[in-house]
Amino acid sequence: MAPRKTPVVSRNPQLIRGVGKYSRSKMYHKRGLWAIKAKNGGVFPKHDPKPKAAATPVKPSKFYPADDIKMPLPNKRKAKPTKLRASITPGTVLILLAGRFMGKRVVFLKQLTSGLLLVTGPFKVNGVPLRRVNQAYVIGTSTKVDISGTNVDKFDDKYFAKAAEKKNKKGEGEFFEADKEEKSELPQDKKDDQKAVDAALLKSIEAVPDLKSYLAARFSLKAGMKPHELVF
Amino acid sequence: MGFKRYVEIGRVALINYGKEYGKLVVIVDVVDQNRALVDSPDMVRSQINFKRLTLTDIKIEINRVPKKKTLIEAMEKADVKGKWENSSWGRKLIVKERRAALTDFDRFKLMLAKIKRGGLVRQELAKLKKETAA
Repeated sequence: MAPRKTPVVSRNPQLIRGVGKYSRSKMYHKRGLWAIKAKNGGVFPKHDPKPKAAATPVKPSKFYPADDIKMPLPNKRKAKPTKLRASITPGTVLILLAGRFMGKRVVFLKQLTSGLLLVTGPFKVNGVPLRRVNQAYVIGTSTKVDISGTNVDKFDDKYFAKAAEKKNKKGEGEFFEADKEEKSELPQDKKDDQKAVDAALLKSIEAVPDLKSYLAARFSLKAGMKPHELVF
Repeated sequence: MGFKRYVEIGRVALINYGKEYGKLVVIVDVVDQNRALVDSPDMVRSQINFKRLTLTDIKIEINRVPKKKTLIEAMEKADVKGKWENSSWGRKLIVKERRAALTDFDRFKLMLAKIKRGGLVRQELAKLKKETAA
């Protein structure tokens, strides 16, 4: 059915559940069925049913299982995209709380379709490359950086997918040889992407005094700091 | 020895417990041995236990239970806000508030400023030491 433009609203207000205010005859008049009939010459307009497409003949199945098999209950749930915290907007400085870059202060670029946050150091400042980060492992500070000069449209989850590895299944001899021979070098185009994004960012960072050294420093809890009382 | 700050009509006090914590109020009437009626330009006149109040040095001239408008005029005339913000007690509270509201970036800038100041102090000290040693 084509979606309705106006929602269905009853013209018969409920007095109590099961009891409407208006009687059947009054509702007939209210709905204007008399006007529809008059327009159609005294008869209610009838539409011929749409011609059904000829049903393809169903072939009898070749296999009927002996016992009834248990089917799992249908699950029609769809995962919603992760809700982004109100404090995190493009350009916010985030503090990473876990992983290799624990404690680093980093600039938020955008939220990807998987829900992860796209983030960059910038690389020159603190060594954090274009990276995906989970919102749960992040503190959003109130410091914002202007990212209007950057274009992050080309980055999505596929950009960060692991390159398909060659499968070395057979060949025991190869196991004894160097196991991790190839340490994959970062492809040049990824390095160029990093530089492109960071170039515009660095300009806006250097415009604010001390912001560059702020991003270069790591965050840590010192004595006397109470995280639940700190304003970030 | 002897008390210097008395509970009297017009005494300005600081609320030190409860929902209105940290507010400056004026005692406008005494209900009984334990409670006072307090009022402030930004709150509804209400009763409060003396135990929840800390008296300040400031006192204003009002009659018992003045109208809100009269109270505000009297507070302006006595410049309660100015006296409070210039008193050492008031200044300490303001500093405390400001420190609590520092963001992470502000704390970083503060650290840099402290290091810089310490460096300057040590430079001057070194100069003075050199002079006295010479």
